[in-house]
Amino acid sequence: MGRGCCCWRRFGAGGADMARIELDLAHAYAPNPKQDSDYALLPLKMTFEDGGAYALLGPSGCGKTTLLNIMSGLLMPSQGSVKFDGVDVTQASPQARNVAQVFQFPVIYDTMTVAENLGFPLRNRQVPKAQIHQRVGEIAEMLEMSGQLNQLAANLSADQKQKISLGRGLVRPDVSAVLFDEPLTVIDPLLKWQLRRKIKQIHHELKLTMIYVTHDQVEALTFAEQVVVMTRGRAVQVGTAAELFERPRHTFVGNFIGSPGMNFLNGVACAGGLRVADTVLPWLPGQSLPPGAVKLGVRPEYVTLVAAQTPGALPMQVAQVQDVGTHVMLTARFAGQTVKARLSSDAARMAQGDTVWLQVLGEHSCFYQNEEIVA
Amino acid sequence: MHLTLEGIDKVVGSQTWLYPMRLQPCSGAVTVLLGATQAGKTSLMRIMAGLDVPSHGEVQVNGHSVVGVPVRKRNVAMVYQQFINYPSFTVRENIASPLKLGGEKNVAQRVNALAEKLHIEMFLDRYPAELSGGQQQRVALARALAKGAPLMLLDEPLVNLDYKLREELRDELSALFAEGNSTVIYATTEPGEALLLGGYTAVLDQGELLQYGPTAEVFHKPQSLRVARAFSDPPMNLLAAVAVASGVQLEGGPLLAVHLPESASRKLTVGVRASALRVTAQEGDVVLPGKVELAEISGSDTFVHVATLVGEVVAQLTGVHYFELGAQVTLYLNPAQAYVFDGQGLLLLAPVRGGGR
Repeated sequence: MGRGCCCWRRFGAGGADMARIELDLAHAYAPNPKQDSDYALLPLKMTFEDGGAYALLGPSGCGKTTLLNIMSGLLMPSQGSVKFDGVDVTQASPQARNVAQVFQFPVIYDTMTVAENLGFPLRNRQVPKAQIHQRVGEIAEMLEMSGQLNQLAANLSADQKQKISLGRGLVRPDVSAVLFDEPLTVIDPLLKWQLRRKIKQIHHELKLTMIYVTHDQVEALTFAEQVVVMTRGRAVQVGTAAELFERPRHTFVGNFIGSPGMNFLNGVACAGGLRVADTVLPWLPGQSLPPGAVKLGVRPEYVTLVAAQTPGALPMQVAQVQDVGTHVMLTARFAGQTVKARLSSDAARMAQGDTVWLQVLGEHSCFYQNEEIVA
Repeated sequence: MHLTLEGIDKVVGSQTWLYPMRLQPCSGAVTVLLGATQAGKTSLMRIMAGLDVPSHGEVQVNGHSVVGVPVRKRNVAMVYQQFINYPSFTVRENIASPLKLGGEKNVAQRVNALAEKLHIEMFLDRYPAELSGGQQQRVALARALAKGAPLMLLDEPLVNLDYKLREELRDELSALFAEGNSTVIYATTEPGEALLLGGYTAVLDQGELLQYGPTAEVFHKPQSLRVARAFSDPPMNLLAAVAVASGVQLEGGPLLAVHLPESASRKLTVGVRASALRVTAQEGDVVLPGKVELAEISGSDTFVHVATLVGEVVAQLTGVHYFELGAQVTLYLNPAQAYVFDGQGLLLLAPVRGGGR
């Protein structure tokens, strides 16, 4: 494509070449998909803004890697288009799209030094030596590898090698986007936070568009400004960490984010309030729902222990009390339904079989029908 | 069944895998073996199972030595990290096989009951390869339960599963363990998992048994810095300090007015759990100003890494909180929530528990 040259001019001028990525597509690995389950990715429309930090989060098999591969150009969607800055690149190769990628496992040259490895993508594009030297120095500084530039990569630990892979993904300032596929898999758990911090810092400093695939909620929520939560080929919510926690748009998100996830109680909306089994919880001022079956969603962090007969509370039977160190996890049942509550360690003593009043309907309540949020 | 390990150790060549220890896991309850990789969990389990013999010491079951008794005569069920099932058997046949070996009469009925218990009744006619990882591990667990062995050994059984599946299965397992039919030994590297399983915990570190007791007690009263380190996630904040007349002086930081025992050494280490650090002040708090290095968000919690004058610390806040990298932040600590360890790393002072301060 001869793009290396033209990009280099922009690089030389100090400008970046980031792109706004627009997706309007679907993907099925087999021809003629008929039902939802035939799709690896159900039809979706999504925009990744220039310079943003995004994560694609979901369990294995949710379609997140398929989506990443479609953005990078490793995979062509079976229908629809990928646009970079308004230009259709659906048919374009990863090189032509000018994306950098960081994979799960280190991809580096053992026979080269750290500096040679870091500079490789620049050398490949005939960047002048002096500029390579300067840029490699900057990236090494960011990754705290300045002291190791002249070491052979072969002798480094897996952590260090993966840091080089990260550095290589970040070394070209003229890329459209940097795509990460579970980049911290091989990193020692105790060192992970430092690399999470590095990646975040680097995003702040370089303002590159970064898209990060992971099944790990900590990694996604910590890194990204916007998290795309995926399940079974569908992007069920795009939002900030706070939005996913406070207002999950889908019950899947409610359950997937948080540990334990959101509680769901089956009830029926009626004029006076929400009926759960034979008890009616009166609506809060301003709250109401059209009559019908509904699921009440409330996070264990927002279920509170209250006095008997408090509005919004149910008398529940204690099934389990776990001292999980920093707090107490209470599991309680009401008419065959289970609720978990995260209570402070100072909370009143209670034992299995006791009746406690737990407030489940309050300002943090969410309501779901057909698994989608309705209020 | 009463299992007793009396003065056992394991030396292989020039390496000591297990240092001499005595352990009597509480019968009919779950005992968690907690430690990092290489702590000795698997070595210890293999000795309990009869797969290995200790270099010295006794392994007793109900008062009788079983050293040298082969594993097939031990009546032990084991579940490993990998999902081990017979690939050419259906799920039904997999669960049935230990029952048939045990001479069970109502095999079909028992298989159905176990499958229901582990929520795999709809997969009975499938083969293991047709199931997801979580379902395969459920089959392996059903097989272990089918054996009805009085001793069940589980070696990090959930480690290869997605975290949501792990949560779900852990809940189900702790309900099964609570029935009290077996003595259960459960190895894990995760402090959080030990706390959720409850029961008893044995903390292992580099082949040494450091502490054994009810799980919550070990967590709240770690006898040493090593136990506190092994049994904290995020890691306990450890701050250098010295004993002074009015309490404990943090190096480069505030004075904690706590009452030290007479015997206290001069050099101390103060331990502060991440959850004891807050961003809102309460009466009697000391103040730790600092700069945010990173806020890690898990969903239920935000872990804020802060560079302070006493060193880098982590604070755990409930829910989702945002902090800019490099932002100024003030952390608050109630001195009564601090742990104090002496110069040898032994516990001098632990926070008083229960009943509001």
